[in-house]
Amino acid sequence: MSKLLSQANRSTGNPRSTIRESFGDRVFMAIIYLILTVVLIAVLYPLIYIVSSSLSSPAAVSSGKVWLWPIDLTLDGYKSVLRNDQVIMGYGNSLFYTAIGTLISVALTIMIAYPLSKKTFVGRSPLMMFVTFTMLFSGGLIPTYLVVKSMGMIDTRWALLIPNAVWVWQVIIARTFFQNSIPEELSEAADIDGCSDIRFIFSVILPLAKPIVAVLSLMYAVGQWNAYFDALIYLKTQSLYPLQLILRSILILSNGTGNMNLGEMVKQQQMAELMKYSLIVMASLPVLVIYPFVQRYFVQGMLIGSVKG
Amino acid sequence: MIPPVAYFIIFKYVPMVNAVLAFKDYNVIKGIWGSPWVGTKYFELLFQNPAFATLIKNTLYISFYSLIVGFPVPILLALALNEVKNAKFKKTVQMVTYAPYFISTVVMVSIIMMFLSPRLGIVNTIAGALGFEAINFLGEPGMFRSIYVFSDVWQSMGYSAVIYLAALSGIDPSLYEAAKVDGANRFQKMVNIDLPGLLPAAVIILILSVGNIMAVGFEKIYLLQNPLNLSASEIISTYVYKMGLLNANYSFATAVGLFNSLINLILLLTVNAAAKRLSNTSLW
Repeated sequence: MSKLLSQANRSTGNPRSTIRESFGDRVFMAIIYLILTVVLIAVLYPLIYIVSSSLSSPAAVSSGKVWLWPIDLTLDGYKSVLRNDQVIMGYGNSLFYTAIGTLISVALTIMIAYPLSKKTFVGRSPLMMFVTFTMLFSGGLIPTYLVVKSMGMIDTRWALLIPNAVWVWQVIIARTFFQNSIPEELSEAADIDGCSDIRFIFSVILPLAKPIVAVLSLMYAVGQWNAYFDALIYLKTQSLYPLQLILRSILILSNGTGNMNLGEMVKQQQMAELMKYSLIVMASLPVLVIYPFVQRYFVQGMLIGSVKG
Repeated sequence: MIPPVAYFIIFKYVPMVNAVLAFKDYNVIKGIWGSPWVGTKYFELLFQNPAFATLIKNTLYISFYSLIVGFPVPILLALALNEVKNAKFKKTVQMVTYAPYFISTVVMVSIIMMFLSPRLGIVNTIAGALGFEAINFLGEPGMFRSIYVFSDVWQSMGYSAVIYLAALSGIDPSLYEAAKVDGANRFQKMVNIDLPGLLPAAVIILILSVGNIMAVGFEKIYLLQNPLNLSASEIISTYVYKMGLLNANYSFATAVGLFNSLINLILLLTVNAAAKRLSNTSLW
């Protein structure tokens, strides 16, 4: 039976494939596959190289022996990263900023996106203008800095959580979601049943909004984890630094090694070089680990946002 | 609703008002409103500054360069991916090209620095094996823009292609059937069906990226800067940061920043109007 079915399938599929693709089309497809393969390798190679280097011996990394797979497999790089107090502290801080910051950002975004999505809301379009205008024009770095300063947030954890909490783009994405996926009739029905707005939001809207909450959380979390500039301008105390700022001082500013004899220095330098690769992998790990799970949501989020509402 | 509105007022609108600082001599004790008015003194200072022309040139050069390269690449990637029938290959390419988007700016810049390092970088190691002299890429002002633009393409093409792929999947299949009946080959289908189908999305993206032209990746450029490439890498926003926060020259830096925001706004409005007239697609 199944054999018969598959035969039937094949025969219905046949007429199309019997029309042989023209020579031009086949060349065209070959070119497309070739280009995509080149793109694939070009994007993938640096990533593999970094991971391989982070797992190789310091000497192999410094002498340029690593070009694809790890040489003299070792975890020394990771061990020395884990021994670095600064990095561990930065990791902890970043986890804190990411968790709390995401919570604040998502809450604020939904609070403004939901009213914007309701057609019955008076003042909807002025409010939309009010929000989107900030995308077009801004006071600039210094005036913003002075506001943060006058709020007494300089050199506190708040400076990383509040001044950049809401992204207009996320508001638009959330608004579009509410508009398209939550029927207006729901709120009418709730009104008739005498449901308060607060109760309505908590027991009807939020359960329905799970996908958008997921999308917003992911985007804000990645943004917060990767951010360094706010910390650079607002923070002075090192114990508050997020990981990215500590990475910057280790990876980019390459703090010197001090006085040492030559042999020791070479060894130190090789180790420092290896540490950089391990550090890169470690710093990207949280995001890369969740990446396969979140990719779907990210794509979904971008698509929700791109639908014009 | 009150908290987010308060957020926008405090952190977005108050700074706009604070931008009057550009027309005042900032005095820490007297505050923004107590400081004396000085008219357009700081704008004149800016326009007379010999560095000004370089700043504008670098800013525009980098942004148009990244627009010209960065805008079409995701479209081409999406078009190519759309042709691929092998689902596994398609998914692999998508997933891999998407991944670098999640790398932070700091890490991205350090990757660039490590790869291009004259002594240890893999690029120079390979070049050396082929008999070329080592190049200090980041020390060459002439190379800076290309490094910036192409590393950006590497990082973001997969992410940017998603919107176009969505637009492509929304194209009416009957169009393809009609084309087939008319004997169109794959390339003709791409040019005559796929491209027009992408146009609205592309125009919106183009407008938005023009709106960002003056705000070119400050974070990345700042990290990539070094004294050797400064002549090509100093842009308006890095200059504002150095003048304002590092040298505490608040009024002057505010004037520069305001000038930057204004150009940005004008560019955005212009492109939006042009797009509206040419293709009936616009932001509003």
